[in-house]
Amino acid sequence: MELLAASAIGVLVACAVWLMLRARTFDVILGLTLLSYAVNTMLFMVGGLALGKPPLIREGLSPTLANYMDPVPQALVLTAIVISFAMTALLVVVALRSREDNGSDHVDADDGDGR
Amino acid sequence: MNHLPVLPVLIPLVAGALLLLLHDAPLRLRRLVVAVACLSLLGVALMLVTLADRGGYLVYQLGNWPSNVGIVLVVDRLSALMVLLTAILGAVAASAAAGGLDTRQAHFHALLMFQLMGIAGAFLTGDLFNLFVFFEVLLIASYGLLVHAADGERLRRATHYMILNLTGSSLFLVGLGVLFGLVGTLNMADLAAKIAATPDENVALVRAAALLLMVVFALKGALLPLWFWLPRTYAAATPAVAALFAIMTKVGIYAVYRVHTLVFGAEAGPAAGVAEPWVLPLGLATLVLGALGALAAPSLRTLTGHLVVASAGTLFTAFGVGGADALGAALYYLVHSTLAAAALFLLADLVLRHRPAAGDCLRTDDAIRRRDPLALAFIVAAVSIAALPPLSGFVAKVALLDALAAHPSGAWLWTVVLASGLVVIVALARAGSHLFWRPPPKGHVATTPVAAPAFAETAPLAALLTASLALSVLADPVLAYARAAAAQLAAPSAYIAAVLGQRPVERPGSDR
Repeated sequence: MELLAASAIGVLVACAVWLMLRARTFDVILGLTLLSYAVNTMLFMVGGLALGKPPLIREGLSPTLANYMDPVPQALVLTAIVISFAMTALLVVVALRSREDNGSDHVDADDGDGR
Repeated sequence: MNHLPVLPVLIPLVAGALLLLLHDAPLRLRRLVVAVACLSLLGVALMLVTLADRGGYLVYQLGNWPSNVGIVLVVDRLSALMVLLTAILGAVAASAAAGGLDTRQAHFHALLMFQLMGIAGAFLTGDLFNLFVFFEVLLIASYGLLVHAADGERLRRATHYMILNLTGSSLFLVGLGVLFGLVGTLNMADLAAKIAATPDENVALVRAAALLLMVVFALKGALLPLWFWLPRTYAAATPAVAALFAIMTKVGIYAVYRVHTLVFGAEAGPAAGVAEPWVLPLGLATLVLGALGALAAPSLRTLTGHLVVASAGTLFTAFGVGGADALGAALYYLVHSTLAAAALFLLADLVLRHRPAAGDCLRTDDAIRRRDPLALAFIVAAVSIAALPPLSGFVAKVALLDALAAHPSGAWLWTVVLASGLVVIVALARAGSHLFWRPPPKGHVATTPVAAPAFAETAPLAALLTASLALSVLADPVLAYARAAAAQLAAPSAYIAAVLGQRPVERPGSDR
């Protein structure tokens, strides 16, 4: 399961890097979104991968990490999701305004023809 | 428990929230709220500096959780100094914006307050994930300040800035995730203690995480391959905002000084000194390229942006050399360069307003009268930032060169620092003579008579220059403080002991 999860994160990052190096803001934003998915998945998994372990303490189950998932990565990933979502939303708005104003969604449209 | 350490975060937060509610209120009321918040922030920062100068650590446990479980704020000499610098620049930016920017920009005041909250929080926090959160707070406020009323080219630069910083945030999270997965904590003191005892099989990953964090901080602090966004972005910001941004690169540099001396510092065992061999040559190259960029800059704002890069290069060089002497001189230089760069940004604004046709472009048409107070202000700021005697830049450079001499390749460091200093002097002389000295070309008719700036417009600039002068007059105590702060940085075990040794407050009747 670790191998599958790690490969999935790797593929996501590879796609993200490829998209972020493209010349249109739309592709770059998609790339950033994929990158944040990859990072969030990674953060979620740094606590370890296990099935059927609750993060919250239950009656009758002794409170050690052998019986529970570490809740801290889940708290971290919640924060990270909120932040990256808000930042991406703001970036979409700014990129749209920039496209309207400059008549092109080329990231470096100094050449003017939006190549 | 002493609640002072949390106030630099709470004051701007409360003021910012209040200003959001008051967005329809009369301008005078909103300015009053900002003034009260800025002045109380200044007062708190001064108290923190006085307390920190006793040599101890103020550890504030949010929610009264033990240090290794909850989030802590830690005040030592360095963070108190940085909070004071933030408070000064915040007050200056607010009063400079009162010249008209804050009437044009809805929510300017609230954004300014959230920006101050993020910066102050980043300087105070003792938790790595919390540092990430405060970075995001200050970034999202800076996006708002940057894109407001922006059009065309400025929007595109803002888009670049946002894309870069979003990527940087993702890398930050990767570094944090790796560290948490290996060590199981994100409290800096706890991390430092545990990383020193990393088992051999994890050393490579810890070093990778240390370098990833270095990349993120270098992006914020403008180190060589990652600074090309800075001059254009800062030139695109309105000058009052750019003056405040002068401290944002310093947040990145502070993070390097803090994290890479504490968590990956001399006492970190296998991860010790993993970044320094990279940072020293890159810092020197940043310094040289920043100086050359200043020489080639087409406008006063771009020139100042490149000077910010050059000062970041100097600060990274000092970090690469390492040791309490170099860091002490660097901290004095940090205060000096922040004040001087902010002053130049404000000056660019005044020049811009009084040269309707040429703006702050370095052309000779529309020259400002030679005896204008602006010319005097430019001389003071330029002499200070070019490290000529007798102002604070000179003191900083001498202290720094003195510390660099001890390094094995000290001669090379001296050569690079002094040569780039010369280039900066030439660049500033060129800018000054274009703006203030040379007569306009023959046959040129000035478009409008150039009016002398009003007192209210020059007051923030005058305040900054006075602070810069005070820094030269009080060089001895400030330098002593900076050296004591660097000595604290060089001995992380005291920090670790203070944070981990802090007990939560016992509440009467509580059985926890």
